[in-house]
Amino acid sequence: MTIDTPRPLVECRALAKHFGEGETRVDALRAVDLELWPGEVVGLLGPSGSGKTTLLNLIGCIVEPSAGTLCLDGETVWEGKWLRPDLRRLRLEKIGFIFQFHNLLPFLDVSENVALVLDMAGVARADTFARAHELLDYLEVGHRKTAKPSSLSGGEAQRVAIARALANRPRIILADEPTAALDGERAGIVMNLLRKVAVEHSATVVVVTHDEKIWNRFDRIFHLRDGRIASIGTL
Amino acid sequence: MNLALRDIRHHLGRFLMTAVGLGLLLGVVLSMIGIYRGLVADALGLVRAPGAEIWVVETGTRGPFAEGSRIPGDTRESIARLAGVTETGSMTFQSLEATHRDRKLRLQVVGYEPGRLGGPPAIAEGRGLARSRFEIVADVKTGLVVGERIGLGGDVFTVAGTTRDAVSSGGDPVVWMALRDSQVLQFRLSPAPARREAARGPVVSGAPDTINAVVARVAADASIEAVVEAAKRWKHLAAMTEDEQEAILTRSVVEKARQQIGLFTTVLLTVSTVIIALIIYTMTMDKIREIATLKLIGAPDGRIVGLIVQQALALGLIGFSVGASLIASVKDFFPRRVVMLPEDAASLGLVVIVVCLVASGLGVRLALRVDPATALGG
Repeated sequence: MTIDTPRPLVECRALAKHFGEGETRVDALRAVDLELWPGEVVGLLGPSGSGKTTLLNLIGCIVEPSAGTLCLDGETVWEGKWLRPDLRRLRLEKIGFIFQFHNLLPFLDVSENVALVLDMAGVARADTFARAHELLDYLEVGHRKTAKPSSLSGGEAQRVAIARALANRPRIILADEPTAALDGERAGIVMNLLRKVAVEHSATVVVVTHDEKIWNRFDRIFHLRDGRIASIGTL
Repeated sequence: MNLALRDIRHHLGRFLMTAVGLGLLLGVVLSMIGIYRGLVADALGLVRAPGAEIWVVETGTRGPFAEGSRIPGDTRESIARLAGVTETGSMTFQSLEATHRDRKLRLQVVGYEPGRLGGPPAIAEGRGLARSRFEIVADVKTGLVVGERIGLGGDVFTVAGTTRDAVSSGGDPVVWMALRDSQVLQFRLSPAPARREAARGPVVSGAPDTINAVVARVAADASIEAVVEAAKRWKHLAAMTEDEQEAILTRSVVEKARQQIGLFTTVLLTVSTVIIALIIYTMTMDKIREIATLKLIGAPDGRIVGLIVQQALALGLIGFSVGASLIASVKDFFPRRVVMLPEDAASLGLVVIVVCLVASGLGVRLALRVDPATALGG
C-alpha cells in the first residue's frame, strides 16, 4: 500500500518579475516563495503596485517570469524559460479565471459561455452542453441558461463566470477582484461558492482583492508590499 | 461553436446595415462591369446585325465604324461576282440628329437594299421595308411607333416596323431605311452648297451613288479568307472578315471606354477594400476585451482569426449578394444597356472574397497583438 504525498497545486520558488532594464528597471515582484494546497482559498492583498496582480499573472502564465521556478499541479512550467510551448493550452487545461467584471462573452448565451471552454478543449458538442447545464445547476443559475449576459444580475453573472472557470475541471482558480462589483450579501454568496469549489474539487482558489468584507473568508492571506510577501495571515 | 455567426447574430441590425452599405458599393462595381458589357454588346450588335461574313470598305480605312469609308455604289456587283460569294448588300452608316415631338432624337441611320444583306435582324412589331422610298424601321428606343411619321433631312418617313436592342456603339438607336434614301440623306447637298458646286462644273443632281461598305456571305464550302484576298486585289478596296471588324470595333471604338470603366472599377474595388478593412478593424476594436478573454481562457489563435475572417467573408458575401440583387432588379432602368453575365458576377464574387481576406488582415493583426492580461481588471 502506498500513501500519496500531498503536493502543492501552485509552487513558486524565488519567483521574480521585473519590467525594463537599467535605470528604467522596475522590480514588480522580488523572489516570492509560495505554496498553495488543494482545498485552500487564499487571498492576495496589498496596496496598488504591490505586485499582487503581477503574481496572479505569473501564476496564470499570462506574463513570463524573469527568474525563479513556477510549478503548477506538479508540473514545472517555467524555469528559465517556458517548458510548455502552448501556454493557452496549459491555461485551458489547468487554470480557471474569474474576473472582476465577469468578462462573459456578450454574443453567447449563458450555457454557450460555459460550453465554449469545453468546446475549445475538444469535448463532444452534446457533452459540452450537458456539462455546462450541470455546472449552472450546481451554481444555482440553471434557470438562466438561455439568457444573454446583458440580462443577468451582477450575482448571476459572477456565478456564470465561476461555472465557466470550472467547466474544464481545473484545479487552480484565479480570481481577480471577484466581489468588487457586488454588495456584501452577494459577495458572501460568491465566496461560499468558491469555498465549495475548493473543497469539493480539491482545488486551490487564489483571490486578488481589496474588498475588506471578504477578508475573513480566506484560509490564508498573503500581504504583498513592494513586490514581496510582507506577511502571511491565517484565520 | 461558431463564434463569428453568434457575434453577427448579436449585432444583426448593425451588421446587416453595414453589409447593405457595402452592397451598394459592390452594386456600383457590378453595374460598371455591366455597362462595359452593354457597350460592347451594343457595338457588336450593329456589326452582327447584317449577318455578314465579309466587310468590304475603302482602302486604307478601317471603316465603316472606326473610320469613314466611301466606295462606289457598283462595288456590290463586283463583289457578288467573286467566286464563293452567295449574298451581298450595299450599306451606309451615319449619325444624325432629328427633332421629333419637340425633342431631340439622335439616331444611327443604316441604309440598305431591301431584299439584300444588311437589314434589321428581327422585326419586333410591324413589318420590314416594303416600299422603295420613305419608309423606316426604327428601334423602340427611338420612341417611334408603327405608322408614325418623322422628318429626316427634308423628307418625311413613315415607320413601317420596330426592332429591339439595336443601338450604335454610342448608344444611339438604329433606324434602317432604303439605301437610296440614306444616300440622299448622307450625300445630298443643301441648296446653297449645291449651287456653288453647280457653278464649279457639271450639274450635281440628287446624291452620288456612293456607299460606305459592302457586306457579303460566302458559300459553306468556300474559304472566307480567299474571298477577302480576292476583294483586296482591287486597289481602291479593303476587305476584312467579321472577326476582324469586331476586333477593330472593340479595340478602337470601345477601348477607351473599357479603360475608363476598368480604371473606375479598380478605384471602386480599392475603396471597397479600404472600407471593408476599416469596418473589420472597427468591429475587432469593439471586441478587444472579448478577444483578450478568449486568449486568457485558452482559445487558440486559429479560433480568434476564424472569428474575424469569417465575419469579413460574411460581410463581403452578403454585401455582394445585396449589390448583385439590386443591380439585377434595376438594370433595365439604366439609359444604356447593362449586361450582367454569370461569369462576371462569379469573378467579382471571387475578387470580393480575396478583398475580404486582405481587408481582414488589419483586424487579425490587431487581434493577435491583444494582450490576454487586458481581460483582467477594470
